[in-house]
Amino acid sequence: MSLLEVNSLSIQFGGLRAVDEFDLTIEKGELYGLIGPNGAGKTTVFNLLTGEYQPTEGIIKLDGQNITGMRTAEINKAGIARTFQNIRLFKQLSVLDNVKVGLHNQYHYSTATSILRLPKYYEVEKQMNGRAMELLHVFNLDENAETTLASNLPYGQQRKLEIARAMATNPKLLLLDEPAAGMNPNETQELMDTIKFIRKNFNMTVLLIEHDMKLVAGICEKLTVLNFGRTLAQGETKTVLQNPEVIKAYLGE
Amino acid sequence: MKKYLTTQDAASRNDFMTYGMVLAAFIIVQILSATGLLNSQMKGLLVPLCIYSIMAISLNLVVGILGELSIGHAGFMCVGAFAAAFFSKCTDGAMPDILRFIIAIIIGGIVAGIFGFLIGIPVLRLNGDYLAIVTLAFGEIIKNVINVLYIGRDANGFHISASSANNLGLDAATGEIIVNGPQGITGTPKDSTFLIAMIVLIICLVVVLNLIHSRDGRAIMAIRDNHIAAESVGIHLTKYKLTAFTISAVIAGFAGALYAHNLASLIATPARFGYNMSIMFLVFVVLGGIGSTRGAIIAAVILTLIPEVLRFLANYRMLIYSIVLIVIMLINWSQRSRAWMEQHKLGRFIYKKKSKAKEGGA
Amino acid sequence: MVSFFTNLINGLSLGSIYAIIAIGYTMVYGIARMLNFAHGDIIMIGAFVSYTAISSMGLPTPLGVIGAIVACTVLGVVIEKIAYKPLRKAASPLAVLITAIGVSYFLQNSALLIFGSDPKMYKSVVPFQNVQIGPFLIPGTTIVSIAVSIILVAALQAFINNTKPGQAMLACSQDRDAASLMGISVNGTITLTFAIGSAMAAIAGVLLCSAYPSLSPTTGAMPGIKAFVAAVFGGIGSIPGAMIGGLVLGVIEILGRAYISSQLSDAIVFSVLIIVLLFKPTGLFGKVIQEKV
Repeated sequence: MSLLEVNSLSIQFGGLRAVDEFDLTIEKGELYGLIGPNGAGKTTVFNLLTGEYQPTEGIIKLDGQNITGMRTAEINKAGIARTFQNIRLFKQLSVLDNVKVGLHNQYHYSTATSILRLPKYYEVEKQMNGRAMELLHVFNLDENAETTLASNLPYGQQRKLEIARAMATNPKLLLLDEPAAGMNPNETQELMDTIKFIRKNFNMTVLLIEHDMKLVAGICEKLTVLNFGRTLAQGETKTVLQNPEVIKAYLGE
Repeated sequence: MKKYLTTQDAASRNDFMTYGMVLAAFIIVQILSATGLLNSQMKGLLVPLCIYSIMAISLNLVVGILGELSIGHAGFMCVGAFAAAFFSKCTDGAMPDILRFIIAIIIGGIVAGIFGFLIGIPVLRLNGDYLAIVTLAFGEIIKNVINVLYIGRDANGFHISASSANNLGLDAATGEIIVNGPQGITGTPKDSTFLIAMIVLIICLVVVLNLIHSRDGRAIMAIRDNHIAAESVGIHLTKYKLTAFTISAVIAGFAGALYAHNLASLIATPARFGYNMSIMFLVFVVLGGIGSTRGAIIAAVILTLIPEVLRFLANYRMLIYSIVLIVIMLINWSQRSRAWMEQHKLGRFIYKKKSKAKEGGA
Repeated sequence: MVSFFTNLINGLSLGSIYAIIAIGYTMVYGIARMLNFAHGDIIMIGAFVSYTAISSMGLPTPLGVIGAIVACTVLGVVIEKIAYKPLRKAASPLAVLITAIGVSYFLQNSALLIFGSDPKMYKSVVPFQNVQIGPFLIPGTTIVSIAVSIILVAALQAFINNTKPGQAMLACSQDRDAASLMGISVNGTITLTFAIGSAMAAIAGVLLCSAYPSLSPTTGAMPGIKAFVAAVFGGIGSIPGAMIGGLVLGVIEILGRAYISSQLSDAIVFSVLIIVLLFKPTGLFGKVIQEKV
């Protein structure tokens, strides 16, 4: 059973069919890329997968479970986490707290426990701190995590923090929306290593949207190319990138 | 401008500073009172200062921590006040006064909390300015409805009317009007003391500060900072918005109960429990630094004291007050003035702590 | 039946005054992105200026009205320059809101100091009393209010659609940065918006007190709130919405007062608003803003 099975996914905004009969199958552990020119509908696909948009047609199955039509928070609990094209961090919270928010559904104690500061509060908070620091360590963000405001991090680190937070939700599938945007070649290389590390050490399956072809060619095993909301090409990375239709879509005639 | 946060230990220390400030104020007041340095005007202000501080804490939870604009919070205070006063009038003499008062306060909080929950369900779905206007609407509705409410009691039980006292059909011999329409409730026992008000204030402070530095608090602040991202990490928006809103209403209800037991007659007018009062609380929260519980209390105290201190200005009092308010806002918030202050390393005028310790991002 | 129509006409009359106020609110919101809580008090100032001119100084009525309009326009522009403009780029939109509250307190207390708290008897600016139309006896103020509101809305629409400053206002309301990049003076446009809004508030004040002759420093507060409600009800930022919102609110208020309960009329009005917003969360004509994910 594939981890993600998408069949005939479509969404219509008025007269515009932003995503049209989109199919996708991702196996567990794959590093999958979703590419295409600007405005092709890639982020729309993400938004459909995570419940931000409700599809007008189609079915989405995660690990066998039909998640079509579920709300965003429920889909996250089912196992999909994402990052955003325009970084969405909790700006007034610390780096540590950003990740602890990601851990929200992994550790529980009641409102009453928080207010009355029962022993469970201290136990669970300690566990959360430990787990959060572990995750931050993977991304090299653990230094001063408690005292640094998320909005004070340099851009590249903010992107990594967003990924760390997504990882905190213990997902089965991680969606990364243009994670390398705005990064220099060194940072991009670091990011590629981090993604491969995550896949290996967290058993993660990753679907990413990217324009940086070096990253795409470097880590993605399979690709789907989207253009005007429709699948243009799909398959092994090397093959797809050599497809003349794909080259035409990106570069013109 | 870089802002730095404290560690979790220091965040707790930051909270302790808030408690310390409140306790210090209490001790200072007791000393001043014992040595006879407090005139009767000041003595009369003690309980109201606590009440307004509690309201500031309550509104700050919604506006500063949850990030939603509410301009009807006086409505929750009103509900709590009337519920508590009603209970006190009905049970006066049936149990020791102090016990009755404590129960009245709790009832005020619970009833206000119920209203907060019920109102929150439809309201919190709306966005920004629309949410604000609906909270305003509810506040006015509550005030309006209470003004036409008549409740009486006689040997046969309770009677309610929405038109007049006569329609209550009370038995002449045993009948007693409790809620008298526009005249509200009269004769509530004057139980509110500075000590009790302080205790309630500290309890509310503990509740709010503990909530902020907890899993629930982080979820609420995450919703404030970026509700789309909060949803994407599995946080149920409505649940946490309701939690914040309801707890805030309960606290406002406590304040209302204290308020009701500090006056001889409890009525709902445009000046009391209306839009004007709600706006006043909003001013406390914004001036105190949106999101800062300690700042909200400080602002509540200062802004309540300024008109009293300015009494010597007689008729010009409120005019000067309004100018002071505008000037403070301009100094604290305008870009030009901020830049000037940073240049001269002045920090912020009223709420200085913002550049150093913030309470857990709040 | 006759009484129903009378109530309806009265509702439209009150509603047209609310509409004029609401349009001022909605314009400022749409273009300057702020809720001007002091707007209701500008209404009161307009009424007081005209009262002083006409009743105290004995000037001819038209001069009094024009005086009110000029005074309020100047006042609105000055307030914007001193109190609101410095906070336009403040860290939180609540800052300018609180300042507006301060301005509101200032205006009310100034009026209190100058005129005292006891209500003044306002002399209606409408020269004719009741007009008989068929079986209905319609107050002169009613006809004038409705007529003036229609004229104002039409003039405003014409101004926005057909003149450069008007188009600038439209541009600013949609995308301020793009507008300034196109060479539009955002400051000038916002100033113009406040000027027009304040002028309209003055007219509303004159009409309000002509119909309801009691004038005191707090006269503008409640109509201000109700007009704010009307603007939101119609969809904040939409001028036609504010017009319709105002009219509907006035009708509901008068009908509610007549047929349900006069004491609960406010509660009824606000309840209707809440119900509408539950079904149409952005008001009748408000735009649903899809947040880009």
